[in-house]
Amino acid sequence: MSSPLGQGPAIGSDIGTGPNSEDPRNEKVRSEQFAGDATPAGTPGDGGGSDKAENAIAMKEVEGLSLGRIVLRRFLRHKGAMISLVVLLLVVILSFSAIGINVLGWHTTGWWKWTYDAVPQPENGTAPTLSLIPQWLGGSGIHLGNHPFGQDDVGHDMFARVMRGMQQSLMIILVTGVASTVLGTVIGSVAGYVGGVVDSLLMRLTDLIIIVPLILLAAIVAHLFSNAGSIALALVLGGLVWTSLARLVRGEVLALREREFVEAARVAGASAARIIFRHILPNAVGVIIVSATLTMSATILTETALSYLGLGVHAPDVSLGSLISQYETAFTTRPWLFWWPGIFIVIIALSINFIGDGLRDAFDPRQRRSLGRKALKEKSEARPKPVTDAGPVADAGA
Amino acid sequence: MSTTTPTPGRTTEPILDVKNLGVDFWVDGVWYPAAIGMNYQVHPGEVLAIVGESGSGKSSSSMALLGLTPPNGRVTGSVQLNGRELVGLTGSRLRAVRGRDVAVIFQEPMTALNPVYTIGFQIVETLRTHTEMAPDDAKARAIELLTMVEMPTPETTFNKYPHQLSGGQRQRAMIAMAISCDPLLLVADEPTTALDVTVQAEILDLMRNLRHRLNSAIILITHDMGVVADLADSMLVMKDGVVVESGSVASVFSNPEHPYTKQLLAAVPHLGTGEAIVTEALKEAESTNARPILSMKDVAIEYPKRGRVPAFRAVDGVNLEIFPGEVVGLVGESGSGKTTIGRAAVGLLPIAEGSLTVDGRELSTNSAKELREVRRNIGIVFQDPGSSLNPRFPIGQSIGEPLLLSKVAKGADLDRRVETLLDQVELPRSFRNRYPHELSGGQRQRVGIARALALSPALLVADEPTSALDVSVQARFLVLLQELQSQLQFACLFISHDLAVVDLLSHRIAVMHRGKIVEQGSKEEILRNPKDPYTQRLIAAVPLPDPALQRERREARSATRPAR
Repeated sequence: MSSPLGQGPAIGSDIGTGPNSEDPRNEKVRSEQFAGDATPAGTPGDGGGSDKAENAIAMKEVEGLSLGRIVLRRFLRHKGAMISLVVLLLVVILSFSAIGINVLGWHTTGWWKWTYDAVPQPENGTAPTLSLIPQWLGGSGIHLGNHPFGQDDVGHDMFARVMRGMQQSLMIILVTGVASTVLGTVIGSVAGYVGGVVDSLLMRLTDLIIIVPLILLAAIVAHLFSNAGSIALALVLGGLVWTSLARLVRGEVLALREREFVEAARVAGASAARIIFRHILPNAVGVIIVSATLTMSATILTETALSYLGLGVHAPDVSLGSLISQYETAFTTRPWLFWWPGIFIVIIALSINFIGDGLRDAFDPRQRRSLGRKALKEKSEARPKPVTDAGPVADAGA
Repeated sequence: MSTTTPTPGRTTEPILDVKNLGVDFWVDGVWYPAAIGMNYQVHPGEVLAIVGESGSGKSSSSMALLGLTPPNGRVTGSVQLNGRELVGLTGSRLRAVRGRDVAVIFQEPMTALNPVYTIGFQIVETLRTHTEMAPDDAKARAIELLTMVEMPTPETTFNKYPHQLSGGQRQRAMIAMAISCDPLLLVADEPTTALDVTVQAEILDLMRNLRHRLNSAIILITHDMGVVADLADSMLVMKDGVVVESGSVASVFSNPEHPYTKQLLAAVPHLGTGEAIVTEALKEAESTNARPILSMKDVAIEYPKRGRVPAFRAVDGVNLEIFPGEVVGLVGESGSGKTTIGRAAVGLLPIAEGSLTVDGRELSTNSAKELREVRRNIGIVFQDPGSSLNPRFPIGQSIGEPLLLSKVAKGADLDRRVETLLDQVELPRSFRNRYPHELSGGQRQRVGIARALALSPALLVADEPTSALDVSVQARFLVLLQELQSQLQFACLFISHDLAVVDLLSHRIAVMHRGKIVEQGSKEEILRNPKDPYTQRLIAAVPLPDPALQRERREARSATRPAR
């Protein structure tokens, strides 16, 4: 029994059915068949224990788990990815709860007392009022103060501005990620499946976008749409970063379209669209998800760079990149204006990268080969008592 | 142990002594045994066959002899090679054993040879790793080895890359490399499974010659009883990691004791025992002179040219007719174009010349829409059960897709039809919600049939449906196919490289060689009285699963075959 995981499984359809050993027909059929054809979902150990050796391995691997759930389980085991996921969630919650949401006419207020464009009086010499050192260690105690991240020279509350910047950056990541994934997947799969002239045209278009420096291209296009706000910027970015995904998906589709189930679908009378979207793409979801995550973490840096160059998000709105750009001159005098947005850029980019790594590992079937600490210990020990009820084997030559 | 039956003139000291060998694999937190408590001995010059189905632990236990278990594996027990313990050896001491004392011939020579180095380089590398040898001497020795394995033009082959050789030549090169250091023990892991039957016969002859010349002990891992009967002295039968029977080949074949061995031997299809059921539809077709379901007239099929690679004509001038209810077996070696014909018959490949009609309708001139219409009359079962089902679709959806797409049934009606189909292929109805990876190879292939039969086609194309299955599973599968055929009366084009399998099912047989049908006729004509020299060779090359008969046949064959 071959491992099905090499086929690029996907999340999404974890409707796997458990072993259905109570089904009487199941039993009947199994007894009719030879042992080599025994159902892998049969209850282990029903064949007298000792003769279930490698079948048991196969059973363990398939025991009614859908591919999606296997991937999910391996992802949950990836410590780095799980920590990053929690951190990213906390960051998202923090930014959206602190100053509220103001998107597309939908408005809520947050728990923080300032908004990002309010201009309170400067206090504490605009330095951060955040204090983390307790009094008994000689500090001034743990408290946030009025302006935990400090204020800029005008008096804007830095905490509110960083939160707003983060909202903008996260929104851009999300929109860009979705747009580029859709574009890249459709273009890549059509190129890969149809082939011929269509393939050549689409791939030369991809090459064209790849060879022009992304920043340059984004800068020009973003300039054209400079009045349309940050969603437009996100869409523009999405329209430019799909290239690597398109190439990956094309490669995957080229491999998958040679598989026999695709031919079976053609014989069954399926249309090209049905074959691409129902048969091929679900099998390429692993590649797509991983690539999309990694694209998203690259996007935050691109957005930052664009905003830093003054081409991204425009004042009075802010993003993490535009904050850094705005305050670069204050680096020596008021470094907090620079550090806070910087720290959050690093946190977001790192955690998305780790999540991408975790997903890639989860989709990679070779991961199962490594042994845990417990297993290594047992391997080095002398043979322990058998793990199944496998009895001692009769001397076969008797 | 009865494996120690010494043949006269052999030293009684075993070269390999395996005691209580166990191999376990760590899977998701538990050790699962792949081989349990194996005991056997091998003497110099003896061929021990380890027989079993996939997953029986025959390969894992033999690879454990060389410490080739994957990192999640664990080996216990004792393996002594000439009195030296092999279990637990690591690093340079293990590497010294590998290649010099114990050598392996792998199943797939294309992947076992490094494609970026020449054959000669790889043999010289082995030689110089294990012996103090000057490059020139090593080269001379490598050419000598290539001559020994009967490689045509050894001097030129020395400088060739693996992809420039045919499958049989690659396996010869692999063998040359394995015997380069005169190993004490040679482990041959399914050495002929990837080869065509005529090439297999040559490789088996070669190995038989070599064992006499080298006096190495050989462990032959195989699932093919014919190969065992042809080559081995003694055998172990393994099932689920346990040795269930062992003894000399003659005694096991003539007098199997364990029920599993009996089952295994009974499942091997024998040439000339097939009894194709003559269906009503076929009788009717014969009596009324009905028009054929599939008719090919002077059909040629080409793979179009790509870049600088010219167009390749895979099939040329083929005439073939299949009448309602008839099973036609199409036999040939790999690359002979038989699969190409099967694909053209369902409209997956266009034909370059001639005419191909299915149920009276011309396939080549049809538009995509008409083609879809014609395809409702044809079903196809693919070769690889692992790849022919969409891993993201539950079984029920895969089976129901043709019905859904041709708008024959949907909703509750579709569910009912799918259940009927599952009943027909003897799978439980609950399987409809399972995914392909939860099924064994044999079960997946049944699903493949159910899908092919969903639209009750008049013609079923079965493209090597059993080549990926174990013998006993294959036997069950063939019985099922035969039952379905006599029940549903469809015509069937059965493509296979295995004459015995074709013999079991077919009414007529067509033999393909290099893109042409060299001979076709009724089963009796082809099997008992082959006219074409290629057919004769093909039939002579099939090893019989009976040691005594096989020896006779071998001698007869070598008498008729021209000397190389």
